[in-house]
Amino acid sequence: MSTTANNTENENATATGKLGTYLEAYGELIAERQERDPVWLRQLREDAWRRFYANGFPTTHDEDWRFTNLAALAKTSFQRAVKGSGTVTAEQIEGFRVLGAGCRLVFVNGHFAPELSDVCDLPNTLEICSLERGIAKAMEGSASNGSAPVGCAPEGIEQHLGRYADLRRDVFTALNTALWDDGAYLRIHRGAVIERPIHLLYVSAGAGAAIMTHPRTLIVAEPTSHSAVIEDYVSIGDETAFSNAVTELVAGQDAVVSHFLVERENLAAFNVSTLRLELARGTNVSSHSILLGGGLVRNNVHPVLNGEGAECLINGLFVGAGRQHLDNYMLVEHAQPLCSSRQFYNGILDDRARGVFHGRIVVHKDAQKTDAKQTNRNLLLSDDARIDTKPQLEIYADDVKCTHGATIGQIEEEQLFYLRSRGIEETSARNLLLYAFAAECLDRMPESPAREFVAELIRVRLTDLAQNHQVAVLAAPVEEETQHWEEVR
Amino acid sequence: MALLEIQDLHARVEGHEILKGLNLTINAGEVHSIMGPNGSGKSTLAAVLARRETYEVTRGRVLFNGKDLLEMKPEDAACEGVFLAFQYPVEIPGIGNAYFVRSAMNAIRKFHGQDELDAMDFLPLYKERMKILEMDDKLVNRSVNEGFSGGEKKRNEILQMAMLEPKLAILDETDSGLDIDALRIVAKGVNAMRGPDRAFLVITHYQRLLDYITPDFVHVLVDGKIVRSGGPELALELEDKGYGPSEADVPQALPA
Ligand SMILES: Nc1ncnc2c1ncn2[C@@H]1O[C@H](COP(=O)(O)OP(=O)(O)OP(=O)(O)O)[C@@H](O)[C@H]1O
Ligand SMILES: [Mg+2]
Repeated sequence: MSTTANNTENENATATGKLGTYLEAYGELIAERQERDPVWLRQLREDAWRRFYANGFPTTHDEDWRFTNLAALAKTSFQRAVKGSGTVTAEQIEGFRVLGAGCRLVFVNGHFAPELSDVCDLPNTLEICSLERGIAKAMEGSASNGSAPVGCAPEGIEQHLGRYADLRRDVFTALNTALWDDGAYLRIHRGAVIERPIHLLYVSAGAGAAIMTHPRTLIVAEPTSHSAVIEDYVSIGDETAFSNAVTELVAGQDAVVSHFLVERENLAAFNVSTLRLELARGTNVSSHSILLGGGLVRNNVHPVLNGEGAECLINGLFVGAGRQHLDNYMLVEHAQPLCSSRQFYNGILDDRARGVFHGRIVVHKDAQKTDAKQTNRNLLLSDDARIDTKPQLEIYADDVKCTHGATIGQIEEEQLFYLRSRGIEETSARNLLLYAFAAECLDRMPESPAREFVAELIRVRLTDLAQNHQVAVLAAPVEEETQHWEEVR
Repeated sequence: MALLEIQDLHARVEGHEILKGLNLTINAGEVHSIMGPNGSGKSTLAAVLARRETYEVTRGRVLFNGKDLLEMKPEDAACEGVFLAFQYPVEIPGIGNAYFVRSAMNAIRKFHGQDELDAMDFLPLYKERMKILEMDDKLVNRSVNEGFSGGEKKRNEILQMAMLEPKLAILDETDSGLDIDALRIVAKGVNAMRGPDRAFLVITHYQRLLDYITPDFVHVLVDGKIVRSGGPELALELEDKGYGPSEADVPQALPA
């Protein structure tokens, strides 16, 4: 009996032991921010921290994490990066530039780097600043009772931050909410058309220890505005790091917003990104996720269609090789009638890479005439690559149209031979076919500098893949996966 | 030296022996036609010549322009001048038709140490040849063969041939599925390319095509072997009497 008790105690001890570095980081951060954080934010952090600390990291027994084992993440002790850790020069990040971008905010290990950022030429209909500055300005503003400083009128922050991303459902959102150091705040004014994409570059740069960052982004797209935002995760060096990002994007009535997530960190990186989209009436919001890098990646996309006639496109491409693990978790909530959502995810997996596509659609009671579609197509380039795809439907309205389909296939020998029979060398032929498959994802993006940018990243990644892949393919027809909706009641 | 010399070719697919000792010699400038019943191995021969890896050669020798064709990968054979117009051209979603042909042309040009063509040089040429084949302009940017009608696919094969200018063009039932107008157009495209440096191997079941493309030689392929060869008149006879052995070859029944 006593042995059992001891074991339990030990387990508890290790469980808190594992969360120990997080507890330390939280204590440190709260002490630092005593003066800086407004009361509402302190409360939000505290609430979030309690959620996280009570639950810890999920295991594969949790249905939402069935295909992704977080043991490696949980057992690494990550340090919170202090400001100024990991020095990054302008030359080092020059290669990450997005041609045609309107402005760029750069964050190094979670902290805003104004000297690397580029916010000149801003139209006055766009407010952009680091979240921390926005809050600081709001504090000054309320202290002096004066008007908000130029460049950023941060009154929207309190109104929106933490209102959408659900820290009760998801411990990573809770962890981010408790521990974020900085991030971006964007407000696109009513009716503004921002032609050039806004580039948010999150850099992890080795600081001698495994570091963690919790970037937090808030995008408020006011009614009838048009804009595009690229959230871009990169690393310098090959040290391991943990980025746990949360973005809330609030689209006002009839706003049009494109959001791009680019994951191109090193293969030792852990990346959990949660994108929470709030769609008002008549909005047209698209999320494009391009996962090319990272060792263990979890991409959460959670749109709530919360106004009649809202349209949401959830588009993605994940390309994995080696031992990469790329998990896509979609939760599409239809809360109001006459909305449409389109999910299209394409996966390419080589070597021992593993992909997950979990597409869950929830249609609430009032969401009559919902039109929801989901497609997941996968190419497996090796026998050891693996994809788990799981469609899930939870439906409380009676007049809805939902369809889903998933395919898993290989490069078709017939197509490869056709290209080669015309003189195209095998590697190029394979590359062309991979690119054609990936291009389905690009074709769903409007023509823009953002699309050009991701197209080039994809081209480079696939060229690598085609070159590394020398295993002969056998004739293998694409098999239709006969997977049915899992009905949840 | 013959352009193509096939000696005692044996080949199998998925364990089944399909070609069982085939001999054939083709000289530059000649047009040969191969006829024969379904399943006799015509497409298998075409696939072996185009170096499809799923077709395994178990015996024999094939020389193309004096080089060992069986040592070549499909892309090498293509660069050396072998072209196969497929019986069933495959659809390739996501790769543009013109882009594909330009990539192929440039791969071949590179092989021969020539400069690559850019889109500006390429497009006028491509469109001009499309016009000869009476193909719709809108096919330029469509994905390779995707959503093409049967006839459009076949014309697209001939268009590729016209662009790549091979030394040996193998046409595998390019006529099947074509209406009479399309057949005439395709034949016009082929005839325009006939010349002393180029040879054709035309696989067909029908005399109809050979009315437009007159062959120099006709061969009958039965059960993996060429059983008869002759001039253009042989095709007419086959149409009349089928692929069975000719009367001359059959022992006369003894009178009672
Ligand atoms: N990939 C394959 N797998 C299995 N059997 C095959 C394959 N390709 C061809 N065969 C078989 O080989 C034999 C010869 O086929 P082939 O396609 O060469 O005939 P063909 O003379 O072109 O016939 P057709 O006139 O119908 O086009 C057939 O029995 C066919 O079923
Ligand atoms: Mg055939």
